[in-house]
Amino acid sequence: MSNMAMFSLEKNHFALFGLAPAYRLDLTQLEQSYRDIQAQVHPDKHAHLGEVERRLAMQWSTHANEAYQTLRQPLARARYLLQLNGAESDENSNTAMSPAFLMEQMEWREAIGDAKAAEALADLEHLAGRLRAEIRQREEKLQQALDVERDFAAAAEQVRELKFMEKLREEIHFALEALEN
Amino acid sequence: MALLQIAEPGLSAAPHQHRLAVGIDLGTTNSLVATVRSSISVVLNDEDGRALLPSVVRYLADGTTEVGYAAQAMQSVDPHNTVVSAKRFMGRGVSDIAAIVNLPYQFVDAPGMVQLKTVAGVKSPVEVSAEILKALRARAEKSLGGELVGAVITVPAYFDDAQRQATKDAARLAGLNVLRLLNEPTAAAVAYGLDNAAEGIYVVYDLGGGTFDVSILRLSRGVFEVMATNGDSALGGDDFDHRIYCWVLEQTGLFALSAQDTRLLLTRAREAKEELTFHPETRITAVLSNGQAVDVLLTSKIFSEITLSLVNKTLAPTRKALRDANLGVEDVKGVVMVGGATRMPQIQRAVGEFFGQEPLNNLDPDKVVALGAAIQANVLAGNRSGDEWLLLDVIPLSLGLETMGGLVEKVITRNSTIPVARAQEFTTYKDGQTAMSIHVVQGERELVSDCRSLAKFELRGIPPMAAGAARVRVTFQVDADGLLSVSAREKNSGVEASVMVKPSYGLSDGEIADMLKASQQHAHDDMTARSLREQQVDGGRILEAVAAALAEDGELLNDAERGKIEERMAALRVTLEGNAPQAIKNAAEALNRATESFAGRRMNRSVQQALAGHKLEELES
Ligand SMILES: Nc1ncnc2c1ncn2[C@@H]1O[C@H](COP(=O)(O)OP(=O)(O)O)[C@@H](O)[C@H]1O
Ligand SMILES: [Mg+2]
Repeated sequence: MSNMAMFSLEKNHFALFGLAPAYRLDLTQLEQSYRDIQAQVHPDKHAHLGEVERRLAMQWSTHANEAYQTLRQPLARARYLLQLNGAESDENSNTAMSPAFLMEQMEWREAIGDAKAAEALADLEHLAGRLRAEIRQREEKLQQALDVERDFAAAAEQVRELKFMEKLREEIHFALEALEN
Repeated sequence: MALLQIAEPGLSAAPHQHRLAVGIDLGTTNSLVATVRSSISVVLNDEDGRALLPSVVRYLADGTTEVGYAAQAMQSVDPHNTVVSAKRFMGRGVSDIAAIVNLPYQFVDAPGMVQLKTVAGVKSPVEVSAEILKALRARAEKSLGGELVGAVITVPAYFDDAQRQATKDAARLAGLNVLRLLNEPTAAAVAYGLDNAAEGIYVVYDLGGGTFDVSILRLSRGVFEVMATNGDSALGGDDFDHRIYCWVLEQTGLFALSAQDTRLLLTRAREAKEELTFHPETRITAVLSNGQAVDVLLTSKIFSEITLSLVNKTLAPTRKALRDANLGVEDVKGVVMVGGATRMPQIQRAVGEFFGQEPLNNLDPDKVVALGAAIQANVLAGNRSGDEWLLLDVIPLSLGLETMGGLVEKVITRNSTIPVARAQEFTTYKDGQTAMSIHVVQGERELVSDCRSLAKFELRGIPPMAAGAARVRVTFQVDADGLLSVSAREKNSGVEASVMVKPSYGLSDGEIADMLKASQQHAHDDMTARSLREQQVDGGRILEAVAAALAEDGELLNDAERGKIEERMAALRVTLEGNAPQAIKNAAEALNRATESFAGRRMNRSVQQALAGHKLEELES
C-alpha cells in the first residue's frame, strides 16, 4: 500500500472526520462526515472493480466504522482521547477505587439485587432512571477534566468509575429483559 | 405495487455495456429472480408466466432432477426424494432441526450439516439449493439473452455464519458469481424506501415459510441504516401448517402415519391456512393411503387459538430488536410486511396492536425482496453509480472465542455495522506452550456449549516462553456479506495462522470445483471455453476500470508510475487477443498489483473530497 494510504488510514479518528479532538463533540457533524466517507469507501461502491479496490474498500469501510463507533460512544471517546494524550485509563490493571465509590457501588448492587429478587419492574425502571442521571453528571465532570482542565489523571479515574456504572446499566438492562420475557 | 422507477442520471455504463445482473430471493418455500430492465426492477417469470418457483427439488433414479412446480406436484407421491424447505437445513446439524421425526426424509448425520438420502444418492442441502439456483439462473439467462455477470442472493438477516456460508457455496455450485449476500429485510427496505421516498424509522417484519426476521432501519437522505435485527431462523408459515396438522391428528385420533400421508395432510393443512386468510372457516378433507377419509372443519377462531404461541414467538424478537436499537414503538413510522405468511389475519392484527398502527401492505409481500435485491445487484454490477443511496447493514449475532472453563468471550457484538474488524489479545497459560487452539463461536449465550461452533484452528510454532509471555492477537474480520474470517498472530515471533471461517462441514473450493466439473454435462472443452470467457470478461472489466481511473485521477501518478501501469495494460490487451485463460489471469493480476498504490491514493482523495464538500455545504447553509 502506498505511503499516502497508510497515512490516511492511520490518521487519528477526529482528524478522519474533520473534527477537533475534544470530548464535547458535534454528534450531527460526526454522523454526517461518517456517512460522507462511507458513501465513498463502502464495499458496495467498489463491488464492480478489481480485487485491489475491493480489498481497499473493505479496509477503509471497516476503519470508518471503527472510528465512528469509538467517537460516538462517550466512554470509548474518552478512552481514545486519553490514549491520544499518552494517558491510558488502565482499566484492567488499576483497580484501586476510592472507598466512597466502592460503598456506592455496593448500594447500587444491593438495590438492583432487591428489585430483581422482587421482580419489581417499576423499581428497576426507577433505578435505571437514577443511574442515567448519575452517568450524565459524571460525563459532565469527565468533560471538564478532559476539555477544560486537561487533568488526564482525574479523567482516567472518572473513566474507570464510569465503566463500573456501565456494568450496572447492563445489569439492569438484562434484569428488565428477563422480566419481560 | 407501483413499478420501481430508477432515475437515469447515475447511469455509469453505456447501454450496450449493460451488465446482466440479477437479484435472487432464495426462499424456504418460494424463490424468485428479478432484474433491472430499462431502469425498472422486474421479476422474471417462467415460460408459463409464473413468478414464483416453489423451492422444491425432486431427485429421480436416473440422476436427473425436477425443480419447482413439477417437483411440488410429486411431493405426496414421492416424499422421500422430493425435498421441500431445504433452506431449513442449511448449515444445520440433525440436533438443530426441530421435529425432525415428522419429516419424511432419510437424514444422514454428516458432521455439522445434515444430508439427505435420495434415489440419486446422498445430497447436502447446499446441493439441493444449488438446483433451485441453477433453475433461476437458466430462467434469467434465457430471458435476458446472455450470461450473468453476477447475482445478489438474499438471506434471512438472522442467518448465522454457517448458514450464510452454505448459501454462498450453493450459489457458487450453481455457477453464479455472488456480488453480495444481502439481508432479506434490507432488500425489502430498499425496494419499499426507494419506491415511497420514505424517511424515518421503519420496521420490516418478514415472516416467510421457514424463517422470521425483524429489522429496524433508519431511512434518511438516501442512507438505509440497519439499527438492529433479530429473528428466528426456524419459525415460519410451515410451523402454522404443522399446528393444523397436529390439530387434525387430535381431532381424528390418527397416529403413526406414513410419509406419504404425512405429506398429504401437511399440504392440506397449508391449503387450509391460506383459505382462512380469506374465509372464516374451511374444510380439511383427504383420503389416506389405507382408504380412511379425513373430514374436519377448521374455523379461524380455532386456528388463531392453536397458533397464538407462534404469533407471540415473533413478538419477542421484535421487542429485543427495538430495545437493541434503543427505540420504542412510538418512534416507528411504518411497519413493512414481507413474506407470504404475513397475510394471515392474526399476524396482521398482532403486529397492528403491538405497534399501535396499521401495518403497510402496499407491496407484494412475495416479490419485494427479489425486487430490492435486483436493484442492489444493478448497482453492484456497476451499471449505475448508486451514489443516491448507501446501505449500512449489521451482523445479527455476536461472535466470540472460547476461553477458560468453556466460557465465551465476545469479540464482535451483535448489531455492529459491517464490515467490521476487532482484535483481542490472549496469552499462553503454560510454560513453554508452543501452540494455542482457537475456537470461534457465534451466539449470545455465555457458555460455548450454548452457542454455534463455527471453527476450530491452531496457531502452532510459538517459540517456547514462560506462561503469559506470549501475546497472541486474534483478529476477526466480518465482510460486507456478513462472513467472518479469523487470523491469529503471536506478536513477539510473528507466527501467524488464519482461516476463512468455514463451518468444518462447509465445502472447500476444491470440492466445489469437483462438483461443478461433475455436473457439467459436456466435458473439458466447455469448461475451458467458459473459463476463457470469464477471464476475458474480467480482464476487459479491469482494463476499462483502470482506463477510467487514469482519465479521472491520472495526475496522482508520476510519469514512471503511469508508464508502468500503461505497460501492463498493453500486456493485458495482448493476452486478451489470445485464448489462454491463465495468461489473461496472470496479466490481470500483474496490472492489479501495479495499480495498488494508485487505488489507495484515489480512495484517499475521494474521502478528502467528500469531507471538503461537506464543509462547503455547511458554510453555505
Ligand atoms: N394467503 C395466505 N395466507 C396465509 N399464508 C400464506 C398465504 N399465502 C402464502 N402463505 C404462506 O407464506 C409462506 C411462504 O411465504 P414466502 O414469503 O414465499 O416464504 P419464503 O420466503 O420462506 O419462501 C408459506 O408458509 C405459505 O403457506
Ligand atoms: Mg422470503
